[in-house]
This record gives sequence, structure tokens and C-alpha cells, in this order.
Amino acid sequence: MNDICIYIVLGILVFSSLLTAMIRNALKAVIALVVASASLTIFIFLMGAPLAAVFELSVCAGLITAIFISTISLTHYQASPKGSSVARKRIARYIYLPVIVFIVIVIILFVKPAINIMVAGNVVQEPSVQHVIWNSRMLDLAGQIVIILAGVFGVVILFKEGLKK
Amino acid sequence: MIMLNIVFITVVLLYIIGFYYLITTHNLIRILIALEVLTKGVTLTLIYVGKLTGQMAAAQSMVITLIIIEVVVMATAAGIIIGIFRSTDSLDVRDILKKEE
Repeated sequence: MNDICIYIVLGILVFSSLLTAMIRNALKAVIALVVASASLTIFIFLMGAPLAAVFELSVCAGLITAIFISTISLTHYQASPKGSSVARKRIARYIYLPVIVFIVIVIILFVKPAINIMVAGNVVQEPSVQHVIWNSRMLDLAGQIVIILAGVFGVVILFKEGLKK
Repeated sequence: MIMLNIVFITVVLLYIIGFYYLITTHNLIRILIALEVLTKGVTLTLIYVGKLTGQMAAAQSMVITLIIIEVVVMATAAGIIIGIFRSTDSLDVRDILKKEE
């Protein structure tokens, strides 16, 4: 039952990603991306990683979607007539994508690649996520703080320059 | 083993869709969306490899780091895109390059 759920979720993930590329309307493409994020969240949760699933759902499906929608509304991308004429042409470009996806699925299924990944046996005692984040990968946290500060300062400087103009 | 193949196929398909989208699109916002699709593939890989190797805690911490970097990159890139749109009045890479010349 769990495996069937995982296959369905992965199918939705691929289909919604395909829709993201193929949909003409940018807002609808972002909504398809939200569906992809939500299905990836379900997959992560089924794999037994609830903390990462919460982050994926709140940040990727929530915050990044808000950023995309704000950018689309601030740039009036949909309203411009040139945008819609470009959008008509892109159907011709993306019509090959489902065909490529289908061919790749067939090739992988027939070739059946030998994937050698060390599958875990009985893990004695896995440390908790909190322990890994705060003890083993503490330098990652410092890097994340620097990246967040760099992003914040970058956005502040960008909008400051825009106001000056 | 079937599950491993299915996840492998999904990851490859996400990379193909993301790269195809990234190569063929000329719109700056859509380039960001393509990067997001590629990141979904990376997240899927990290989580499933963490499950297979039994190191889910390490995988989760890496995914959290990835998500934080992703959101910072998206926010900064969105700001740059808005700035480019205000100065060039276009989101098409070809138009922007023409205007620069």
C-alpha cells in the first residue's frame, strides 16, 4: 500500500513538473510547481523525514511560490501583449518534451541500469536530526547564516538602487 | 529494487525536464522555475540516498541546507529580475541583450 502511494506521488511529481514547463500561463505554471512541491513533500514524509518535509512544504510550496507570484505581478508579465505572442511560440518548442520523457522512460526500463548503492542493513543507532544539525554539521549553520545575510543585503541594495532611480 | 528503479527514473526525468526548460526558455521568471524543478530532483536524490544508506538524519540536514540556499537564491534572483524589468521593460533575454548592445 505504501509502495503504491509512493509510485502515485512520484507520478504526480513528474506530471506536474512537465506541466510547469508546458503551461503557457506563468501563474498556472507556478501553481503546477506548488503541486510538484506538495507531492515531493508527501514522498519525503513517506520516506520517514518529517522535518525536511515540513521545510519543503512551508518554504518551497509556500514562500517561494509567494516570491514567484510577487515577481509576476510586479513585472506585469501576463499583461504584456508581447508576452502572450511569445507564449504562443513556446508551445511549438515544448511539444517535444513529453516525447523525450517517454523515450527516456522506455530506454531506462529496457536497459535496466545496474545501480550499486550501499543499502543500509541494521543501523545500530542513528543520531537524531537535531544532533546532526547542531553537532556534526555546525559549520553548515554558519554558512546558512552568512547566505541568509548575503541574500537580505543583496535584496536591500537592489531595491535601494531602484528607489534612487 | 523496483522502487530504486522508479525513483531513479523520476530523478532522471526531473533533470531532463529542468534542463530542457532551462535551455529552451528565454523568459527570466521561467528560468527560475526551471532551476526550481532541477532542485526538486536534487532533493529527491538526497532523501532517497539517505533512506538507502540509513543516514536519514544527515540527509535531512542537507535537504534543509539546500532549501535555505534555494530560497535565498530565489529571493535575490527575483529582486534582480524586477530591477532588470524596471530598467529594460522586458523579461526576454534576447530583448535585454539587444538593448545592452
